[in-house]
Amino acid sequence: MKVRVKFRKYGPVRFIGHLDVMRYFQKAIRRADLDIAYTGGYSPHQIMTFAAPLGVGLESNGEYMDIELHSLQSCRDVRDRLNAVGVYGMEIVSVRVLPDNAGNAMASVAAASYTVRFREGRVPETDIAGVLPQFLARKTIPYTKETKKGSRELDLKTGIYEISWDGRAFSMLLDASSAGNIKPGQVIEALLDQAGEKLQENALLITREDLYTSIEAAGEGAAVDGNVSQASLIKQKSTGSRSGFVSLGEIGSMGIGGTGMENMEIEDMEIRSMEMTV
Amino acid sequence: MLREDKLALADDILLKIEKPERYIGHEVNSVVKDKEQVSVRFCMCFPDVYEIGMSHLGIQILYAMFNSWEDVWCERVYSPWLDLDKMMREQNIPLFALESQEPIKDFDFLGITIQYEMCYTNILQILDLSGIPLTAAERGEDCPIVIGGGPCTYNPEPLADFFDLFYIGEGETQYRHLLDVYKECREAGQSREEFLLRAAKIPGMYVPRFYETAYNDDGTIKSFHPTREGVPARVTKEIQMDVTDTYYPMKPIVPFIKITQDRVVLEIQRGCIRGCRFCQAGQLYRPVRERDVETLKQWALEMLKNTGQEEITLSSLSSSDYSRLPELIDFLLEECGRRHINISLPSLRIDAFSLDVMQKVQDVRKSSLTFAPEAGSQRLRNVINKGLTEEAILHGAALAFEGGWTRVKLYFMLGLPTETEDDIRGIAELSNKIAAVFFDTVPKEKRTNGRVQIVTSTSFFVPKPFTPFQWAGQCTKDEFIEKAYQTRKAISEQLNQKSIKYNWHEADASVLEGVLARGDRRLCGVIRRVYEKGSIYDAWGECYHHERWLDAIEECGLSVDFYTHRERSLDEILPWDFIDCGVTKEFLKREWEKARREETSANCRQQCQGCGAAKFGGGVCTEKRRQVLVTGGC
Repeated sequence: MKVRVKFRKYGPVRFIGHLDVMRYFQKAIRRADLDIAYTGGYSPHQIMTFAAPLGVGLESNGEYMDIELHSLQSCRDVRDRLNAVGVYGMEIVSVRVLPDNAGNAMASVAAASYTVRFREGRVPETDIAGVLPQFLARKTIPYTKETKKGSRELDLKTGIYEISWDGRAFSMLLDASSAGNIKPGQVIEALLDQAGEKLQENALLITREDLYTSIEAAGEGAAVDGNVSQASLIKQKSTGSRSGFVSLGEIGSMGIGGTGMENMEIEDMEIRSMEMTV
Repeated sequence: MLREDKLALADDILLKIEKPERYIGHEVNSVVKDKEQVSVRFCMCFPDVYEIGMSHLGIQILYAMFNSWEDVWCERVYSPWLDLDKMMREQNIPLFALESQEPIKDFDFLGITIQYEMCYTNILQILDLSGIPLTAAERGEDCPIVIGGGPCTYNPEPLADFFDLFYIGEGETQYRHLLDVYKECREAGQSREEFLLRAAKIPGMYVPRFYETAYNDDGTIKSFHPTREGVPARVTKEIQMDVTDTYYPMKPIVPFIKITQDRVVLEIQRGCIRGCRFCQAGQLYRPVRERDVETLKQWALEMLKNTGQEEITLSSLSSSDYSRLPELIDFLLEECGRRHINISLPSLRIDAFSLDVMQKVQDVRKSSLTFAPEAGSQRLRNVINKGLTEEAILHGAALAFEGGWTRVKLYFMLGLPTETEDDIRGIAELSNKIAAVFFDTVPKEKRTNGRVQIVTSTSFFVPKPFTPFQWAGQCTKDEFIEKAYQTRKAISEQLNQKSIKYNWHEADASVLEGVLARGDRRLCGVIRRVYEKGSIYDAWGECYHHERWLDAIEECGLSVDFYTHRERSLDEILPWDFIDCGVTKEFLKREWEKARREETSANCRQQCQGCGAAKFGGGVCTEKRRQVLVTGGC
């Protein structure tokens, strides 16, 4: 069965690159002695997919990894075993069993939410609250992306789903699909550029809060799964209103094994409420 | 909470440098203790980049041993790579240990393992970045005690000024004693000097400041002796005789990034029975001591469980000589197969058994077979006592080709004592014959990749202390280059030359390695000058500046040829003569003479050669007597 593992990444391990995070989990799964499935062939490897690579230096409260298990005692047991063999800062938040027809974690990512603050001493002079409405009212937000091969013109406008500023931090929901992925740094650069200010080097402290799939894709997966708990469905409804997206962590069921499921729901809620108050 | 978010380096730096994971610590199985609860803080250093240093088994063993003691916290540090090195100097950031992220300067001990000569400038880099004066004489009471260990300390003299103490031999035996003496000295309010004087009397310890060298007019050593009462004139290496009931890391550290040796390492034995005359390790670690096979099986499973590694390898100088190898490999094949764990095989003698095992654990089509004949002719192989005959090589190659292998790597050395043009041509001819074996063995329709690929590589021979060749003259750079040219030419003249690819090493670094390997105390000044000229990472070709070394040697009034090219006389006092590694000088002389007579010596299991290592009273030296009793008369 396919299992979705949600984890947080914070502290020193934020400097571990994506490929090394994968290697970390391959080893952690072996240490935890999970009953993971392997591919066939001459060099079998664990069946494992990650939702979306996280940039080096970024923290996250909502990373996802889908793994294929032959068996498990309970979702909570999987979580606890991984946490018991893990390092500080790679914290498993929850584990859910996915419906058979759920899309793979990587392909289904549509959006990502972020909290962005400025580092001490690198806060811009621009009155952000003042320029933000005008920024959002623009029809297009052209942005030149520098790549190794040269530069490319993007329009950030279509990729900004939500953005707010509470005087201390931005909260934003951006396109994270493979076709239209944009980054928080690009948005803030464009915002400051509008006020004639240049974003200082390494000025941002970015936390990715969660990853989302479109509500249609999620509904499809959830509907067929008999195990989806009532609570989960309700939450999908309540949070799904966020621009028509559902968190990747809301798909699937924690019902397997039963024990501790309620606790996990509560913990999930706590993290969600943290996100909301940022 | 002991795990903290604390990092010694600011985000600005970590985001700019290559592989920040090298510097953040926090790896699985790294040990964090409360510094208030320990009385000795020890920082273990491998003076090269993280990926190399983390691959070293010795540090993992000592790290586990130190941290098993409640009163000690052992941490690690590796050389910052060039990018970080530059920033640390610009911003005055002190070098720090990975676990606590705290400055090395605050530690009680800095232990540096010295595995190869070309890392010597990196040792100075470590000291300098730590804010520790480069020479022991300049260090105050506030500095850590700087200890050196590892194979290069069997001639510690070129580094003598930079270390407070050298620990000669295997670390398992005397560290507890040393740390206890340290604690006593500290409690008694004794000085650094007083501690070192007590340490100098502990077996295996060499404190260079308490010894003095005088030189003859020709530059050779006139005398070498201790300057303080009670300091021994000779230092005998430490050796862990029982290699089963001892320290071994059941929870090796698992790095986040891919390192050179990215797998569980199971050390099956120490030492080597072979006695190849060019090989330093083969003499230093005598006698051979095997680990109990049941213990090894248990260790393998436990380490795999505790690390989650997907690969395991066996470590020893000559794994084929481990008496229980088939049993161990069968066990690993079964257990690892079940767990989707790969076995990476060490170099094995090519025979039916090893080929069978290799076919089981690796994709034959993708892997290559390696032979190390080391010399091109039987005559020269006899000189170096490499017990590998052409017949055995060709037979092994035929077996391998039948088994489906089409790629063969061959390793040779150029510049061995007594080498002639015929020997060099032998390298080309042997490569050619192996290619011919392929065409004879594998019928046309079965040649999957079309042809055979022979990769012949040569390195330049560097004589090392405590080998029968320690008196031999080393080739000059021009001689080396001429020999490589001859090899290339001879290969190009072979019938199967299209199947042979030839690689050779740079000659410059081999010359310098020779200077440092058999150098004396006067080289300390050279190393310091080269470091001050800006050299670090000499082991990395792109960082190596030969001219700086030549200039520094000249500035110090020394000569390359004195250390390398000259054949030493048998009665000369060698800089490392005060060290007793078990193998006697008389034995080495006998072997040197036999080499020149092109005579071979039997290995330890065939017939004892009386090397001297029997004085340690164990390992193969006592095992053989048992065998003689059982099989006597056969």
